[in-house]
Amino acid sequence: MPADQVRVPERASSVIHDIGYQRYTGPRLGRGYSTASLYVHGLRTAFGLGRSGKSKIFPWAVVGIVTIVAVVVTAIRSQLGRPVLTYLDFAGSVSFLVILFCAAVAPELVSRDLRSGVLPLYFSRPLSRDDYALAKLTALASAAWLLLAGPQTIMLLGGVFSVHGPSAVWHEFLDYLPGIADSAVYATVYSSLSLLVASLASRRAIAAAVIVAVFVVTTPVVGVLGVTGSDTVRQLALLASPSTLVQGLDSWLFHGSTRVIGDYGPVYALVTAGLVVACVAAVLTRYRRAAR
Amino acid sequence: MGARVAYLEPVTLITTQTLTKTYPNGVTALSGLSVDVDPGVIGLVGANGAGKSTLIKIMLGLLPPTSGRVGVLGLDPSTDGEQVRSRVGYMPEHDCLPPDMVAAEFVTHMARISGLPRTAARERASEALRHVGLYEERYRQIGGYSTGMKQRVKLAQALVHDPDLLLLDEPTNGLDPAGRDSMLDLIHRIGTEFGISVVVCSHLLGEVERICDSLIAIDGGRLLRSDRISAMTTATDVLAVEVTEGTDLLAARLAAAGITTTVDGHTLVVPLAGDDTYDIVLGAIADLDLPLHRLDQRRHRVAELFRGEPVHAG
Repeated sequence: MPADQVRVPERASSVIHDIGYQRYTGPRLGRGYSTASLYVHGLRTAFGLGRSGKSKIFPWAVVGIVTIVAVVVTAIRSQLGRPVLTYLDFAGSVSFLVILFCAAVAPELVSRDLRSGVLPLYFSRPLSRDDYALAKLTALASAAWLLLAGPQTIMLLGGVFSVHGPSAVWHEFLDYLPGIADSAVYATVYSSLSLLVASLASRRAIAAAVIVAVFVVTTPVVGVLGVTGSDTVRQLALLASPSTLVQGLDSWLFHGSTRVIGDYGPVYALVTAGLVVACVAAVLTRYRRAAR
Repeated sequence: MGARVAYLEPVTLITTQTLTKTYPNGVTALSGLSVDVDPGVIGLVGANGAGKSTLIKIMLGLLPPTSGRVGVLGLDPSTDGEQVRSRVGYMPEHDCLPPDMVAAEFVTHMARISGLPRTAARERASEALRHVGLYEERYRQIGGYSTGMKQRVKLAQALVHDPDLLLLDEPTNGLDPAGRDSMLDLIHRIGTEFGISVVVCSHLLGEVERICDSLIAIDGGRLLRSDRISAMTTATDVLAVEVTEGTDLLAARLAAAGITTTVDGHTLVVPLAGDDTYDIVLGAIADLDLPLHRLDQRRHRVAELFRGEPVHAG
């Protein structure tokens, strides 16, 4: 057989060759890309994307409920011609759902990694321990924020169609911006506290229970202080629970209200900031020691 | 290709100078370890607690040494940890896989964490899983895998970003004899065909000596010996001959032909001088009409070199 006939099958595209091991010559993106990849993975995990159908149930149930709330208030508004729930009130009125969401998602993000022992695989890659912790924190905070900002955006779209004239639309948008900023405050506080608790427990169920407990068990303290205390104690009572703490800050920051917290608005701001900073610092410390 | 150019010149893969690590609780894991290692397949042997894992963590830049210096791929892990870790693959000893993730997704995720762009990560994850022998099964959840398959996924995630150096901590842990053999063959192929240097940690000397070019033996954080296996095996290769009966007859016959043999249990060990040794041995067996049970070439067991070394409680 002539030599050139022998070579014909090799040229045919349908032939599959085992080309053996090939070295990678493409780009190696650094630590920033690593961290961003972990963040995106965390954000997807929060909503059960790329996971089994079972792990999608809870996050999407919560998303469904807050979306229904937004759709219903938008529908009522278009009938009544005036808003029944403002953008600024939205986060506060569904805050318990956000707590449940964080309690379910934070353990998915970090307790699972602790339990499966996957941390050494991350830490033997370009990203650092701090990068890991911050990527997980921002993933949870973004997920919680999206949970609130998504429905608020639905409300905005509904609102834009029920008002008339460009200036009214612009005003609608100006109402919407503080609303999503308020949501960011809720998301930041809830997620940093939840992630800290979850990073200390490798069992997801325990982590979730403790997170809910931190928010719920402290609430009666607020009630007791609010009933029995002097004016000052009553005005500072909301500091006792993380869920009411954000409400207090919210009323001062965005509503300019002194009805409940008196003139202690800056105190609420300081305590909230202190709580977030302390939680983030504790999470970072936790991961500097984990999986040594 | 820039990173590879350095390999055209001989480089020292790993170098340590009086490397010492004392943990805060006072335990000294490494003590004055000085060693230079050339590229290839390297066995890092020592009893449990000898300091192997500590050495690996220092090489990855995850632990700072108490004193002394360390260099990996020409970089200092304590200052250039990020660059070292992007060019090194690590397979830990213990379970480290999320049971609820699909193997292909997990390895792709790990490739991206190593810095590979999305498409490349996906392609190389498939390739890495194929190279470790998991292809059909790669879309199944890791939780349903056998121990052997999990070890392969652990190896695939270490290999996925095409590292210049693989650090494998007890890769045959928990495997049955057949699983051990195929894992060792795979590691040997990675070191030879793939052109990736491999450090294999093991407390089983007999296991790593089969596949390694050089050995580092440590004990109690100190270097026992570090050398190429060829230098450790002082004699040349030997032929191990086993006949069901007539071992003495064969030994006498070979002695008459001028070959000195030694008896090791049921096995007759014949120094392999050249190809004609085979012919002489086979000729002798045929002439004596002996039932040949086994005939294979092997190296002197490196274990013999460590025999009589002081053994510290590790």
